Amino acid sequence: MNIVVCVKQVPDTNEVKIDPVKGTLIRDGVPSIINPDDKNAIEEALRLKDKHGANVTVITMGPPQAEVALKEAIAMGADDAILISDRAFAGSDTLATSRTLAGAITKLDFDIVMAGRQAIDGDTAQVGPGIAESLNLPQVTYVENVEFDGKNLKIRKALEDGYEVLEVQTPCLLTAIDSLNEPRYMQMKNIFTAYDKEVIMWNASDIDVNPEHLGLKGSPTKVKKTWTKETKGSGEIVELPAKEAAAVAISKLKEKHYI
Amino acid sequence: MFPIDQYKKMGEIGLLGLPFGTEYEGAGGDYLSYILAVEEISKVDASVGISYSVQTSLNMSAISTYGSEDQKKKYLPDLCTGRKIGSFGLTEPGAGTDAAGVRTVAVKDGDNYILNGQKCFITNSPIADTFVIFAMTDRSKGTKGLSAFIVEKAFPGISIGKIEDKMGIRSAQVGEIIMEDCVVPAENLMGKEGKGFGIAMKTLDGGRIGVAAQALGIAEGAMDHTIAYMKERKQFGRAIHKFQYLQFRMADMKAKIEQARYLVYKAAMDKNNGKPYAESAALAKMVASDCAMEVTTNCVQMHGGYGFIKDYPVERMMRDSKITQIYEGTNEVMRMVISGNMFR
Ligand SMILES: Cc1cc2nc3c(=O)[nH]c(=O)nc-3n(C[C@H](O)[C@H](O)[C@H](O)COP(=O)(O)OP(=O)(O)OC[C@H]3O[C@@H](n4cnc5c(N)ncnc54)[C@H](O)[C@@H]3O)c2cc1C
Ligand SMILES: Cc1cc2nc3c(=O)[nH]c(=O)nc-3n(C[C@H](O)[C@H](O)[C@H](O)COP(=O)(O)OP(=O)(O)OC[C@H]3O[C@@H](n4cnc5c(N)ncnc54)[C@H](O)[C@@H]3O)c2cc1C
Repeated sequence: MNIVVCVKQVPDTNEVKIDPVKGTLIRDGVPSIINPDDKNAIEEALRLKDKHGANVTVITMGPPQAEVALKEAIAMGADDAILISDRAFAGSDTLATSRTLAGAITKLDFDIVMAGRQAIDGDTAQVGPGIAESLNLPQVTYVENVEFDGKNLKIRKALEDGYEVLEVQTPCLLTAIDSLNEPRYMQMKNIFTAYDKEVIMWNASDIDVNPEHLGLKGSPTKVKKTWTKETKGSGEIVELPAKEAAAVAISKLKEKHYI
Repeated sequence: MFPIDQYKKMGEIGLLGLPFGTEYEGAGGDYLSYILAVEEISKVDASVGISYSVQTSLNMSAISTYGSEDQKKKYLPDLCTGRKIGSFGLTEPGAGTDAAGVRTVAVKDGDNYILNGQKCFITNSPIADTFVIFAMTDRSKGTKGLSAFIVEKAFPGISIGKIEDKMGIRSAQVGEIIMEDCVVPAENLMGKEGKGFGIAMKTLDGGRIGVAAQALGIAEGAMDHTIAYMKERKQFGRAIHKFQYLQFRMADMKAKIEQARYLVYKAAMDKNNGKPYAESAALAKMVASDCAMEVTTNCVQMHGGYGFIKDYPVERMMRDSKITQIYEGTNEVMRMVISGNMFR
């Protein structure tokens, strides 16, 4: 079995600040990590590998520095890593990003493509589904459990108020959420070998994608305005038994004429 | 309480076996990488830091360097992976700095040695499975009569005595080992009879780099907490880090830490590169442990009264620092090593 995991390198914070003038993310001084949901995706791929045997390839689209994220994935146990990087990708929105990644994945043998549900910086949760659409794959998002009998996948998908159990044929795409598993820590011995292992570098000419679909040109989304949310006053925590707490909440809402 | 589950996990991910070969289920790393790991862990918890250092740079390094191939194959994989915990027993009530005063005796009896005696202050002993024990095979020869043995917890006649109640590194498990007609198979003699003193001293040279890294980590951890606290704490209408006097004291502390860091890494590099490292290890341990004591004391000072209260980690870190000036050779002994090299 071949599993491809899409990994995004993100700034290590939930509170990315936005440059008020340029409207772009301020990344300076913020350490980079593997997007948390993607770690769950890697972990699930590695569990499938441990149980059924598989070749796990991690892939990222990003600047050369993103190699570190791939090395970390190798140290967790991934077999191969591909970094797709090209100036032509600059300014990609989620559609262009999805098409670019799909154009790379299509070059590989795969049974399962895994992605995180959502990146903590961009936050759109669109790239996973976008790749599935580009590759014409069945997809299950919000995956919280994976069972594999050697042939078919039985997937539990989280819903807001419950879950769905779905059977999926391969090849398919799954997006992982944090309740799927607990990602393993890197193995020390893999950390040492990760330095010897080469990350495969691809640019725009190595992947199967229409050049018109790349980067800014291929990005129909236009950012009109970016701003930082103004913080409201801090909330109040009422530590009372449920009934009394509800009474307090109601009186507060009445006080403010909401009800 | 010693966090045994986390400690075992350190084995699972390969930290305990970091500097040993993959053929023994180690990580195949080098000594500097291992030293960085001790430092990082000690930033948060110096008790785990010393348990780690004692297991890896005393117990396992001794077996890896002086054990036979059979002994290495038998003991290292379980120790590398944390399935077993290691300990190193040299000190006795009458033999501290003067390790030649060891009274524990080992008498050959057919295919076995019979060990009798008592060790004290032995880190990890209450939780350990595999001990490296030093005992006299021939007391008349002094240090040349000392021998090293690998002793398993399961061997008959070994037990743990008093577990110490300590000033610092309180969750580290440190206790007595009592051997009463303890039967050790002759094949568990490490190296030759009479080679124990050399094994102990050379192994302690490596261990001292571990203690130095532990001390460095404590100092850095305390400094991090203090920087954060100084940004938060307001007096005279501003955060206390705005006071230049305090800023400069922090700058001095940073310089101390950096001095220690370079000596610690230098000692680890010397060991990596196969150079003599007894002196660089002694320098590293002396400077880093004094640095830890001074920096943590100052960090408590920067916290004012709060630094004296157990809710703040610097209180613990100051207590944890003290032992780094004492064990694996006191800082007086470090000066003996360093000056001894000068006037040889
Ligand atoms: C109009 C517009 C312009 C943009 N311009 C730029 C720009 O100039 N420079 C810039 O850096 N960003 C730019 N972005 C942001 C960039 O498009 C997104 O960061 C990217 O598409 C991923 O989207 P997301 O962060 O919402 O990820 P999500 O869709 O939330 O991510 C879901 C999952 O998809 C996978 N994934 C996402 N991105 C990648 C990736 N790069 N490699 C591998 N897997 C991935 C991961 O598994 C991830 O967990 C722009 C976005 C928009 C909307
Ligand atoms: C928490 C803890 C953990 C330990 N873990 C271990 C372990 O895992 N394994 C192990 O074998 N041991 C261990 N030890 C023992 C430790 O290494 C000894 O305590 C240390 O070497 C000092 O020996 P001592 O306590 O007998 O002090 P002493 O030797 O009695 O020293 C008392 C004082 O005299 C000084 N002194 C002694 N001789 C001289 C001299 N010639 N010139 C100048 N000054 C001198 C010393 O520096 C010290 O200040 C541990 C100790 C503690 C407290």
